[in-house]
Amino acid sequence: MNPVITPTINLLMALTVGGLYAVGFYLLLQRSLMRVLIGVVVLGHGTNLLLQLVGGPPARAPIVGSAPADTFADPLPQALALTAVVITFALTTFLLALSYRSFVLLGHDEVQDDLEDRRIARRGGPAAPLHQDAGPDGRTEDER
Amino acid sequence: MTALAALPVLLPILGAALAVVVSTSVLAQRILALTTLGSMVVVAAVLLVRADRSGPVVIALGGWAPPVGIALVADRLAALLMLVSTLVALAVLGYAISQRIADYGRRMASSTFYPTYLVLSAGVSLAYLSGDLFTLFVSFEIMLTASYVLLTRRTSEQTIRAGMTYVIVSLLSSLLFLTAVAMVYAATATVNLADLSERVAALPPGLRTVLALMFVVVFGIKAAMVPLHFWLPDSYPNAPAPVTALFAGLLTKVSFYAMVRTQTLLFPHERPWTLMLWLAVATMLVGALGALAQNDLNRLLSFLLVSHIGFMLFGLAVFDARGLSGATLYAAHHITVLATLFLVGGLITRRTGTVALDRMGGLAATSPALAVLFAIPALTLAGLPPTAGFVAKLQLLQAGAGAGVGPTAVAAVVIAASFLTLFALTKVWVRAFWGRPRPTVEDPDPHDELEVGTARTPWPMYAATAGLVAVSLAIAVFAGPLSAMTGRAGEDLIAREPYRVAVLGDADR
Repeated sequence: MNPVITPTINLLMALTVGGLYAVGFYLLLQRSLMRVLIGVVVLGHGTNLLLQLVGGPPARAPIVGSAPADTFADPLPQALALTAVVITFALTTFLLALSYRSFVLLGHDEVQDDLEDRRIARRGGPAAPLHQDAGPDGRTEDER
Repeated sequence: MTALAALPVLLPILGAALAVVVSTSVLAQRILALTTLGSMVVVAAVLLVRADRSGPVVIALGGWAPPVGIALVADRLAALLMLVSTLVALAVLGYAISQRIADYGRRMASSTFYPTYLVLSAGVSLAYLSGDLFTLFVSFEIMLTASYVLLTRRTSEQTIRAGMTYVIVSLLSSLLFLTAVAMVYAATATVNLADLSERVAALPPGLRTVLALMFVVVFGIKAAMVPLHFWLPDSYPNAPAPVTALFAGLLTKVSFYAMVRTQTLLFPHERPWTLMLWLAVATMLVGALGALAQNDLNRLLSFLLVSHIGFMLFGLAVFDARGLSGATLYAAHHITVLATLFLVGGLITRRTGTVALDRMGGLAATSPALAVLFAIPALTLAGLPPTAGFVAKLQLLQAGAGAGVGPTAVAAVVIAASFLTLFALTKVWVRAFWGRPRPTVEDPDPHDELEVGTARTPWPMYAATAGLVAVSLAIAVFAGPLSAMTGRAGEDLIAREPYRVAVLGDADR
C-alpha cells in the first residue's frame, strides 16, 4: 500500500506553465505572423500542460484492476488534454495555411493595421501612407 | 424520446458527411442541406414543446449517467434559442443557395460550402445542448473552426486580413476557455454543469470570483462585449453577405447563451451584478456611438450588433427571473433581426455595387421592395412599438426598474442607446433610400465569384429575407405566449433546481 501523496502543487510544473503562458502572450503581441503563430502554439502547450497538472501529482498508476481510488491517476484530464491537443494541432495547421496565403497575397507576413487605425493615421498628416501598413510610430516597414 | 435531444447535433453532422460524399452533384448537396436544416427546425420545435410542458429533455450519451458521462440537456432556454437559430440558418441557407445559383451558375459545385455550413449548425446546436464544460468547449471549437473556413473561403487580401484577426482572437479565447476548464476541474474535480452548480458553492469566495471572471472574459471575447469587441467590426463585414448574416445571427448569441448558462448555474448572485451592469453600459454606448461614425453599411451594422449585445448583458446583470426572461426574449429577437439586416445589406450592395453609404441614394424609388425589407427589421432593432424589439426591450426595462437604483439608471442608458440605434439606422435610410438615385457603382472585380452592382437579383433571395422578416414579426405577434415561456425559463435559471434534478436525478436528495 502506497503512502497517500498529499495533493500539493508541483512548483516546477506551475512555473513551467506560467513561463509558457508568459512567452505565448508575449509572442502573440508581436507584429510578425510567424511569431504570433508560434505564440499560439506555445500557449496551447501551456494549456495542455495545465490540464495534465490538474489531474493530480505525477507517477500514479493508470486504472487497471482494483485498488483504492487515490492510488490511480485521474484519467479525465488526460482525455481532455488529448482532445485539446488534437484541436490545437488542427487549428495550428489551418493558421499556417492562412499565414502562407497571407504571405502569397501580400508579400510579407506582418499583421496589418485595422481600418480605423489606418483612418486615424491618415488624419495625422498627409505623409501617412494610404495602403502600406504604418507601424505604431507612423512609419512603414521599409522606412524602418 | 430522450434520443430526440441528440438529433440536432447528429443530423447536421451526418448531413455534412453525406454532403462531402455527394460533392459531385451540387443539386444533391443543396437538397441535402435544406432537408437537414428543415428537419432540425422540426426537432428543435418538438424539443421546445416538450421542454416547456414536461421539463428539460436529457440524454446521457453512451448510457453513462451524469456526472460521469456526457449529458445533452434541452431546457426551455436552450430549446428556444436553438429553434430560432436553426430557423435563421435555414433562411440564410436559402438566400445563399439562390445567390450561388445566380452568381456561379447552376452547375458549379462547391465541395466545401455546404458541409462547412452544416458543421457550423451542428456546433451551434451542440453548444446549446451541452451539459458539461468540456463539451461546451468542443462545441465552440466545432462552430468556430467551421466559421474560420466560411470566412476565409474566398481568399482576397481583405478576407485574409479579416480572417487572421478573427482566427487568432478566437483561438486565444478558446485557449483561455480551456485554461478556465482546467482551473474549474482542479478546484472541483468535475466538469458537469449540474454537478458543478453544487460544488462551486463550497469553494472559497476569492477562488469563485476568479473562476467567474475567467468565464466572463472567455465568453466576453466571443460575444463581443466591450472592451473585448474590437475584432468583430473588423472581421465580420469582409465575408459574403450570407456568411456575415449567419455569424451575426448565431455566433455571438451562442456565446451569450454560454455566459448566461455558466453564470446563473455556477456563480449565482443574490442582487444585481454591478460589474456586468457597467460592462453592459459600456457595450451599449460604445457600439451605438461606433455605429454613428461609420460610412460602410456592414461596419455600421456590426457596431449595432455589438451595441445590442449590451442590452442582453443588462438582462443578465439584473440577475432575476424577469431580467433573464427579457434577455432570452431579446436574444431570440436579436438573432433574427441582425441576420435579416445583414441579408438586406447584401441585397443593397448587390443592387448598388457598393457598401459606402455616401455613394448610394434613392433606393426607395428604384427598389421599393428593398425599402420595405430594410424598414421593418430596422424599426424592430430600434425597438419601436409594436415590434418584437419593443416587447423584449419593455421586459428588460421593467426588470431594470424593479431591481433598485443601479439597474434603473442603466435602464435609462438602454433607452438612450435605443435612440442612438434609431439615429444610426435613420442615417442609413436617409443616405441610401432617400435622395436622388445615384448611378450604380461598377463591379470592381467582374471576374470574381461575387456579382455586385446588378439589378439581376433572383426572387428567392428576397423571399428568404422576407421569411426572416416574417419570423421577427411572428415573435411580435406571439409575444404573449413567448414572454410567458421565457418568464418560466428565467425562473428556472434563477431556481437552478430544475436543471440539476433533470440532469442528476433526485435520487441522492
